Amino acid sequence: MAETGTRPKLAVWKFASCDGCQLSLLDCEDELLAVAGAVEIAYFLEATRAEVAGPYDLSLVEGSITTAHDAARIKAIRQASKRLITIGACATAGGIQALRNFADVRDFISIVYARPDYIETLATSTAIAEHVKVDFELRGCPVNKHQLLEVLAAFLRGRQPATPGHSVCVECKQRGNVCVMVAHGTPCLGPVTHAGCGAICPAYDRGCYGCFGPMESPNMAALNHWLARLGVDQPTIARLYGTFNVNAEPFRAESQRHGG
Amino acid sequence: MADRTIKVAQLARVEGEGALKITIRDGAVKQAELNIFEPPRFFEAFLRGRAFTEPPDICARICGICPVAYQMSAVHALEAALGVTVDGPLRALRRLIYCGEWIESHGLHVYMLHAPDFLGYQGAIELARDHADIVQRGLDMKKAGNAIVALVGGREVHPVNIKVGGFYRAPRRRELQGLVDQLERGRDAALATVRWVAGFDFPDCERDYEFVALRHPAEYPFNEGRLVSSRGLDLAIADYPQHFQELHVAHSTALHSQRAGGGHYFLGPMARYSLNFDRLPALAQDAAKAAGLGPVCRNPYRSIVVRAVELVFAFDEALRLIADYVEPDQPAVPCEPRAGTGHGATEAPRGMLYHRYRLAADGTIEDAVIIPPTSQNQPTIEDDLKSFIGGWLDMSDEALRWRCEQTVRNYDPCISCATHYLRLDIDRA
Repeated sequence: MAETGTRPKLAVWKFASCDGCQLSLLDCEDELLAVAGAVEIAYFLEATRAEVAGPYDLSLVEGSITTAHDAARIKAIRQASKRLITIGACATAGGIQALRNFADVRDFISIVYARPDYIETLATSTAIAEHVKVDFELRGCPVNKHQLLEVLAAFLRGRQPATPGHSVCVECKQRGNVCVMVAHGTPCLGPVTHAGCGAICPAYDRGCYGCFGPMESPNMAALNHWLARLGVDQPTIARLYGTFNVNAEPFRAESQRHGG
Repeated sequence: MADRTIKVAQLARVEGEGALKITIRDGAVKQAELNIFEPPRFFEAFLRGRAFTEPPDICARICGICPVAYQMSAVHALEAALGVTVDGPLRALRRLIYCGEWIESHGLHVYMLHAPDFLGYQGAIELARDHADIVQRGLDMKKAGNAIVALVGGREVHPVNIKVGGFYRAPRRRELQGLVDQLERGRDAALATVRWVAGFDFPDCERDYEFVALRHPAEYPFNEGRLVSSRGLDLAIADYPQHFQELHVAHSTALHSQRAGGGHYFLGPMARYSLNFDRLPALAQDAAKAAGLGPVCRNPYRSIVVRAVELVFAFDEALRLIADYVEPDQPAVPCEPRAGTGHGATEAPRGMLYHRYRLAADGTIEDAVIIPPTSQNQPTIEDDLKSFIGGWLDMSDEALRWRCEQTVRNYDPCISCATHYLRLDIDRA
């Protein structure tokens, strides 16, 4: 193992999120100690109380921006980071907490809290890229840990990560899944959803619910036509698109257009 | 030195964002505040207007460490509202995936988040430099827990296979059989873990807590049972709101809970264990006794031993469930919408998690209430700090700060869950 100071410095930062994407790094049980040998873990509060000052070679950012304090914090993190990668739907699209963007956040506060005056929050939940330059966005709610390792390895070697931008449909074919929409009439967002999960939902006899967000250039009209043929009503379509990537285009537009 | 402020600006090795502030005046602890400033995400607000089928996927996102707990409390509450009972192999599969989550979460906490405090390491990465074999043993157990969740649930974090009424697809018997070797090794590793942590040095601190946990007539509790306490509480889950209340305090975006009429209480492994020791299999009871635990444990620093005993239980229970598994005829019980209110409480790794939903006749959610274990434990954590640290005021600020952090980590707090973070401030003025 190299001595401290000679290895690339890795930092992991958290904003509004569930911790599941950074946990995915700790879930690399077979690779974690090797990763910890290849990089200097300079800031990763979920794993260690030791903190090494920046600058950092690589920052992984989980979570969305929902407070004025966090909007300032991400700018300082960007300045301290040579490369910055967002991990997961919150950091990449605003997460499910971006549902507030389409409501009055004061109503949300009053539903949950007895003393709204104690709560400081922004009216919106936004992706990191809306605040600072992002070098790479890894999709998923949560991210896939194998993709996370690929992204880490790629950035440490100075190459582009191999994370295909095609749809979940391709992964279904690769996995040998029967098409749940064609064979069973089950509504499925697979045709418009970014690959990366390994087509888990169809493998478990359910439709994809879009947790990796939109693929590159999705044909939303074609899928909407299919959903209508299957008898899916407008509010249900609005809710289908209106979840973990509700603030990512074109899921946002489709959710709004169907009444979300 | 009589007046000091000790601050932990960012508490490490917990899930989520929090801080601590301890104020010391005239050589005594005046105030201990666990500040939780995890930004609120408003799940209970945006659940309104969603379909009754959606909470298992949506509520999982409250917590990446214990998504199964959120899914389980949600489905039980919703099934109670719909008048549906799930039993037989589907009930067994729910216990099995919960075993997987306890193993994953307890393995993470025992080895990576808590043990470094007892051994003087900043974290598990630093611990692994000197004891790679021990850390790898913890990681291997965690991996086994994740293997259960991934097989039954589809993936480790935010499983996709849980639905109201059961599952989308029930695993085949031979798929589960494929886990047996890994789980048998895990059970041995869990027994070795109990022996390892039993040898740590524990501060001699006990308090007379009111323990609260589920209790089932025959089983160590996961999904079902009555809500009981060490001071005689014995309720149906639906009676929870009459006996507990939530308070909103200025220093926390998590709502504090207390017993109706006042009184803080203790949730989590130590409460479950102390109220259900007689429900543990002999293997886990014997491991506990050999580790020097009685049937009741009141020293929160020993919670790491209790967690290790629960690891033994969870591996043993998973193996029993797999051995007895019969493939169900249908992966789920059909659920039709109807108006009503349902309550659900299940045992998340860090303690009892309560959900309540009110549904309209078409199954639309009109109201949702979610009370995570960490927000229920938060007042008790503050009480521990106030009670215990008076004896340690001769420590340096850094040593005292670390001890306070350890005291918080006894509870494996999940601040993301509590919706809300941790920093420590020690004010000696």
